[in-house]
Order: sequence, then C-alpha cells, then structure tokens
Amino acid sequence: MNLTLKIWRQKDAKSPGKMVTYPISNIEGHMSFLEMMDILNDELIEKGEEPVAFDHDCREGICGMCSMYINGEAHGPDRRVTTCQLHMRMFKDGETIHIEPFRANSFPVVKDLMVDRGAFDRIQQAGGYISVNTSGNTQDANSLPIPKADADLAMDAATCIGCGACVATCKNSSAMLFVSAKVSQYALLPQGQVEAKDRVINMVNQMDIEGFGNCTNTGACEVECPKGISLDNIARMNRELIKAKA
Amino acid sequence: MSKSKFTTIGRKILMALSGFFLMFFLLQHLTINMLSVVSPDMFNEVSQFMGTNPVVQFALQPVLIFAVFFHFIMGIVLELQNRSARSVKYAYSKPGTNSSWISRNMIVTGLVVLAFLGLHFYDFWVHEMTVKYAGGDMTGLINPNDPNSGYRYYEELVMKFEDPIRVIIYIISFVLLALHLMHGFQSSFQSVGVSKGKNFIKKFGNAFAIVVPLGFIFIAIYHHLQH
Ligand code: HEM
Ligand code: SF4
Ligand code: FES
Repeated sequence: MNLTLKIWRQKDAKSPGKMVTYPISNIEGHMSFLEMMDILNDELIEKGEEPVAFDHDCREGICGMCSMYINGEAHGPDRRVTTCQLHMRMFKDGETIHIEPFRANSFPVVKDLMVDRGAFDRIQQAGGYISVNTSGNTQDANSLPIPKADADLAMDAATCIGCGACVATCKNSSAMLFVSAKVSQYALLPQGQVEAKDRVINMVNQMDIEGFGNCTNTGACEVECPKGISLDNIARMNRELIKAKA
Repeated sequence: MSKSKFTTIGRKILMALSGFFLMFFLLQHLTINMLSVVSPDMFNEVSQFMGTNPVVQFALQPVLIFAVFFHFIMGIVLELQNRSARSVKYAYSKPGTNSSWISRNMIVTGLVVLAFLGLHFYDFWVHEMTVKYAGGDMTGLINPNDPNSGYRYYEELVMKFEDPIRVIIYIISFVLLALHLMHGFQSSFQSVGVSKGKNFIKKFGNAFAIVVPLGFIFIAIYHHLQH
C-alpha cells in the first residue's frame, strides 16, 4: 500500500503547529497503525529529520496511551479498538490519512501527537478510589455476595482505559463518559458505598475545574470508545449526583 | 470554569427540566388549538377561560415565560461554553460517523424556534396583552359593547392563517421544532438519569416529536384552506 499521511507537527506546547504531508510506501494490511508510524519515523530519522512524537506503551489496547485522531475519528475508522489495534487493512491503497492529536483545551498538546491527559489523573485522584485498609485483614471475596448483574456492569465500567477518545470525539470536549465509568465502577459495588456521595461530587467538581465541556447527549463518545463504555453510565452518574446533593 | 454553584451536570438537569415543562406546555397548547378545528365555540370558551383565569394568567403564565427564557438563555450559555472548550479545531473531522446531525445542532434548531417564538409573541401574546391589560377589555368579545357579537378568539386565529407566508413560516418552524424534540425528548430523560426503558423512550420521543408539531402544522393548513 502507498499512502499519503497528513500529520500534525508541533514543536512544543507553546509553538503553533501545522499539518505536514509525508508520502509512505510498502505498507502491509496486517501492520498496526503504530507500526506504520514506526516505519515513517525510521525514514525520518534516516533523513535526519525530527521523528513524529506519539504516545504508546502496551500496544495491545490496555494502556490507553495511543491517542490519535485519524481521518476525523478518535482511534480511526474501526470500532472498539485503540490506535495500536487498528490494522492498516482498514485503509485503501492511495488513500490520504489525516492524523491529529486528541484536541481539547483540557488536553494540551505536548508535542506533535502527544497530549497531556493529566486532567484525567486529577479527576481520579479526586475520588476514583476506595479507602480500605487491606493489610492483614483481607476478607474472603465470597463473604460479600454481589448480584451477578451488578458485578457485570461494574466490570464493564472498569474496562475504561482512560484513553480520552470520548473527550476527543465529543463536540463539547466533555469528559462525562470517562468520569461516569469511574463513578459507576464503584457506585455499583458495596465497597464503593461508603464514599459514594463525596466521590461523585468531588470527581464532577474536578471535571468542571479542568474545563471540560457540558454533555449534550449526542452519544458520539459511546460510539468511539474503544471499550464500548455505555451511555447508561452517564445516566447513572447523574442519578448519583442528584442523590448526593439531595 | 464552573464558578456558579451548579455543576455542569446540575445545569444540564435544569435544562432538561425546563425542556420537560416546555414539552408539557406544547401538548396542552396543541390540545386547545385542536378545539378550533373540532368546535369553534368550544375553542372560544376555553380561550376566554385561559385568558381571564387568574391562576392561568398570574401563576402559570409567568412560570412559562420564565421557563422559555431560562431554556434559551441557558442553551446559549452552554453552547458558548462548549465551543470554547476546544480552541484549536480539528483540521479534518467526521462527526457524522458517530452522532446525528440533530443531536449536534440543538442550538440551530433552537434558535429557529426562538425566532418563531418572537413572531408568535408578537402575533398573539402582545395583541392579547394590549387588548386585555392596556385596553382594559376583558370581555373577549368581537365588539366589547355588544354581548351578542360572540368571542373574538376564533375569528382572530383564522385571520392569522389567511396569509400564506405566515403559514409557510409556521410550517418551517414546526419542522425544526420536530428536529429539536427528536433529540431533546430522549436527551432530557438521559439528563435526569433515566436509563431504564431507553428504547421505549426513544421511540415514544420520536412519535411525540413528530405528532405534536404535525398537529400544529395541520391546524395552520386547515384554517388556511378553510377560508
Ligand atoms: C417550545 C420550545 C422548546 C422545547 C419544547 C424545547 C425542548 C428541549 C428539550 C426537551 C431539550 C433537551 C434537554 C436535555 O437534553 O436535557 C432541549 C435542549 C436544548 N434546547 Fe430546547 N426547546 C425549546 C426551545 C428552545 C429554544 C427557543 C432554544 C434557543 C436557543 C433552545 C435551545 C436548546 C439547546 C441549545 C438545547 C441543548 C442543550 C443541551 O443539551 O445541553 N430550545 N430543548
Ligand atoms: S470512556 Fe472509553 S473513550 Fe473515554 S477514556 Fe474510557 S475507554 Fe477511553
Ligand atoms: S498503546 Fe496501549 S492502548 Fe494503544
């Protein structure tokens, strides 16, 4: 496959960036998108140019680092995959591929395609945990029965990898899907009840402080989320907030 | 960003509640207007009641006016905030692959409805207020000095729809209201945290969003063709 890449290049957080065109050839359909980026970078290094900076770590869809907005969609045209899991067979020979960083004021660009998602960490720190002393008094898991349906929903919510595709996709740069997944994960389980009120209030407050937009229920996040996090989590978070404030 | 005491979610819930109220009002308004097709007499009676009953005039009407203002001002505020949450736009974006046009353009459909509401206020409401409270004529009669002249409401309604331009503006506005509600109805349930029966809410919402505006359109065309 021969492709034309149009990639956002930005020297650092302060410099303005621009789209730069790079032709690339001999790309195989079985390659992942990041392998294709590696090949491009090898070529750039050989030519003595600056390689394209992008985040990645696990390359198997679990770390959530590989933030790229590919051809107008977060993580590209495939569904339920991260950029590292996106195969080049999703593209046609001769195609032009636009590659941009995830964009939101709350996710400032660090360099090229790398963005700072520290806002998500700060939201987690505001309440995405349970305070249990686990040293020495670990309880048998089966002594706390949890309905299967609840356990399943909590597990589904817990699959959120914090990639930020929901924010990148949302026309309002809203972080509601992410925050609601984190709130739901605990709200559904008995262990999460002790801090339930503080958790939802503090996490939502932090989300607002970080400057994410308001949810308008377009549902774009749910479609683009690589883990299929459901909009039901947002409804649950809204219920939790009403309960906590009432 | 959030300096007010409401969280972004709190504001969103208020948006949904004002939406619920407006949808309920719309249904009530349609029911009364439908009477003009069924029976002009009944329409006149109910109009005179609604126009002179103190509870309607001084309790419900202010709430309605507040809800309308709250809804569109908050809608505009939210839209501006949301736009400013992403200063550098994507060079290339395909929002159509993951969301519907109507869900992304509530502000567009909303502003058209707002423009219509302006005209509507001018057409009916300002007129009513002038006659009743500035003119002091609470009789609701065609000729306030002649008790046998009959109520004026039906006559006035029919007269408004003689003008084909007004009928066309009416139709366009209600089509846009339908689009507004096709997203708004189900969206407001999601906002207040209802996720059980999502499919039913969506279907019912679509039916509501089409049937109610269509009812208003029908009335406008009916009176236009009748006269
Ligand atoms: C009779 C007239 C109207 C009705 C019945 C109505 C109904 C609704 C409903 C049910 C929603 C959904 C609320 C939610 O998602 O929680 C909504 C949202 C919205 N409306 Fe209206 N609306 C009306 C007029 C207007 C007007 C005049 C504007 C003017 C700007 C407007 C602007 C908006 C906007 C921007 C939203 C989206 C807000 C958001 O999702 O955060 N609407 N409307
Ligand atoms: S909700 Fe989905 S899109 Fe958003 S951060 Fe979690 S995994 Fe990524
Ligand atoms: S690199 Fe870890 S999810 Fe893609």
